[in-house]
Amino acid sequence: MSPAAAIEVEGLSKSFAGRVAVDSLSLAVPAGRILGFLGPNGSGKTTTIRMLCGLLTPDRGRGTCLGLDILTQAHAIKRQVGYMTQKFSYYEDLSIVENLDFVARVYGLPERKRKVAAALERLGLTDRRRQLAGQLSGGWKQRLALAACILHEPRLLLLDEPTAGVDPKARREFWEEIHRLAADGLTVLVSTHYMDEAERCHAIAYIAYGKLLAQGSVSEVVAEAGLSTFTATPAAPEADMAALARRLSGLPGIELVAPFGSALHVGGADRDRLLASLAPFRGDAAFAWREDAPTLEDVFIHLMGRSRDNFAGAAPP
Amino acid sequence: MSDRFSLGRLWAMVTKEFVQMRRDRMTFAMMVGIPLIQLGLFGFAINSDPRALPTAVLDADRGPFGRAVVAAMQASSYVRVTGLVDSEAEADQLLAEGKVQFVVNIPPGFSHRVARGERPPLLVEADATDPAATSGAIGTLNVLAASALDRDLTGPLARLKPSPPPFELRIHRRYNQEANTQYNVVPGLMGVVLTMTMVIMTALAVTRERERGTMETLLVMPLRPLEVMLGKIAPYVVVGYIQVAVILLAAKLVFRVPVVGSLGLLTVASVVFIAANLAVGFTFSTVARNQLQAMQMSFFYFLPSILLSGFMFPYRGMPAWAQAVGEILPLTHFLRVVRGIMLKGNGPGEIAGEVGALFLILLIVSVVAVRRYRRTLD
Ligand SMILES: Nc1ncnc2c1ncn2[C@@H]1O[C@H](COP(=O)(O)OP(=O)(O)OP(=O)(O)O)[C@@H](O)[C@H]1O
Ligand SMILES: [Mg+2]
Repeated sequence: MSPAAAIEVEGLSKSFAGRVAVDSLSLAVPAGRILGFLGPNGSGKTTTIRMLCGLLTPDRGRGTCLGLDILTQAHAIKRQVGYMTQKFSYYEDLSIVENLDFVARVYGLPERKRKVAAALERLGLTDRRRQLAGQLSGGWKQRLALAACILHEPRLLLLDEPTAGVDPKARREFWEEIHRLAADGLTVLVSTHYMDEAERCHAIAYIAYGKLLAQGSVSEVVAEAGLSTFTATPAAPEADMAALARRLSGLPGIELVAPFGSALHVGGADRDRLLASLAPFRGDAAFAWREDAPTLEDVFIHLMGRSRDNFAGAAPP
Repeated sequence: MSDRFSLGRLWAMVTKEFVQMRRDRMTFAMMVGIPLIQLGLFGFAINSDPRALPTAVLDADRGPFGRAVVAAMQASSYVRVTGLVDSEAEADQLLAEGKVQFVVNIPPGFSHRVARGERPPLLVEADATDPAATSGAIGTLNVLAASALDRDLTGPLARLKPSPPPFELRIHRRYNQEANTQYNVVPGLMGVVLTMTMVIMTALAVTRERERGTMETLLVMPLRPLEVMLGKIAPYVVVGYIQVAVILLAAKLVFRVPVVGSLGLLTVASVVFIAANLAVGFTFSTVARNQLQAMQMSFFYFLPSILLSGFMFPYRGMPAWAQAVGEILPLTHFLRVVRGIMLKGNGPGEIAGEVGALFLILLIVSVVAVRRYRRTLD
């Protein structure tokens, strides 16, 4: 409703051969923000992003990107949106600079040569400019793709797992770049599977099996889930953490049991039942128990466990 | 914020396609290799002005003039007498088995009747299943008939010397009444080579983007279908022209096909034909799901083009339905144009109808292609 919203969609749905990939999804992203888009594999992130930039036609629903209707003004949206695909989709038989030149020409950019040179410089690609894109390593391909999709100075960036397979240092640089762009007023929607990246976003949206399950800042999403979590550490030599994990899992109120090194992380949304189930073990002197704050990952695993896989068991078309 | 066709975007596509084409060795090889291979293969058949064709002689006359005619034939080097036969049945058998190309049938009393000035017939039966193989020889035989007996017609018979010849040469073409002239083939080959390469190359153009995943980038950029199509087609027009040049050079220098009409006119007419084929290929590539399917569709298109266009078989000899199919194939019209210009010396007036037909095909196919081009990934 706010005029400053860069993305505002309502009830977007998309099915492939009768199987629902995205189920009445509503999303609002204010301009200048970075929204992290999270969800398990096959949850519909890529499908949603494609509907936003006009690559897929939604079965139902409506909405706007940058104030333009996604159903009728796809062509105008395309000019102002930079979309980085999950799978590298620039030309492997063109060099880096040829790819960028192509993009710059398509968008009819003035001062093409200077802009391409600046983009190369900005992403540290200048030395490799004559290398064929197909011969680049995964991380360098991602850099090229990012350089290409911001070349025309879009107002909205849709990044589909931009850092998959990228080393930690390059990932950090990548995120610094994204934050620089957001500081310039760009709106960014970025899908990822990394929790640390989610925490770098202004807000996150969590989608599972086509349904939006949570939305808000990281602390809001964590608080809303209402999880209680405890960590058990061995307090005596005879403490058998593996056996503890086996005995805990499946008890009423316990939704997640995850070992972290020698410690065991346990949690659930129903605090009373969780405490009741834990009570006998908390009395055991072999373990030291302490309550801690739930992490984003805890929340996601909890959310995933509660949603039903609407694709499971479906026959191929 | 122009939503309309943009030359800048078209140029972006064209330059990209050119660079990709340059890097794609296979396409490059196809571009030059196909015309050369086809010319080599067909050129062999075209260059068939074969000599020393095996010939049987059925000499029921056993007189001096019959022998003189046979000797003259042999001297022409077109004919090599491989045997004498005693009956028509035996001669038929040899022809049917393909053991001989000709049977020279000298009727009884031939010499006698020549001497009496009756101009008796001399029958030459030719196996004309391959007209190109026999047409040269037959032409020579006709000339020969006039002069074969010059030396023998002496004294009072000398009055028979000047034309008309002293005997009448009757040639029966067996098995095939039509005779394509060899010059038909090289100009036709130009159309065939263009059909084959142009359709295949553009048929792969969009499917390749789809298979490599680059379609997603292409679609998310503000490119119009017409810009994509023209951008993909334009570089291949240049390729087509290179092929035209190669074939024309070969036609002139190697096969010595006379070029009666204007090469400039041919160049202009060719562009319509090339574009029509490229549009057909582009349409295939919007339908095919992968490169293999695109390839299969191209071959499916190529076959009727070769068979029903008048390249292989005379157009007028085909049944009405086949002619109707032929009419919708660009190659049919182009063959008429190219043969008309090169062999008959046709001008713009004569070829306007055929070029118009090519234009119409180009227009219809382009509209289909642009409509079929999907702007989304659905
Ligand atoms: N073109 C398509 N045809 C048929 N089914 C599709 C198509 N694209 C996506 N799907 C299905 O839709 C569902 C959602 O896919 P999508 O690619 O959006 O998931 P995702 O969240 O991006 O997954 P990932 O994290 O693995 O990238 C999947 O079950 C997928 O199989
Ligand atoms: Mg995805």
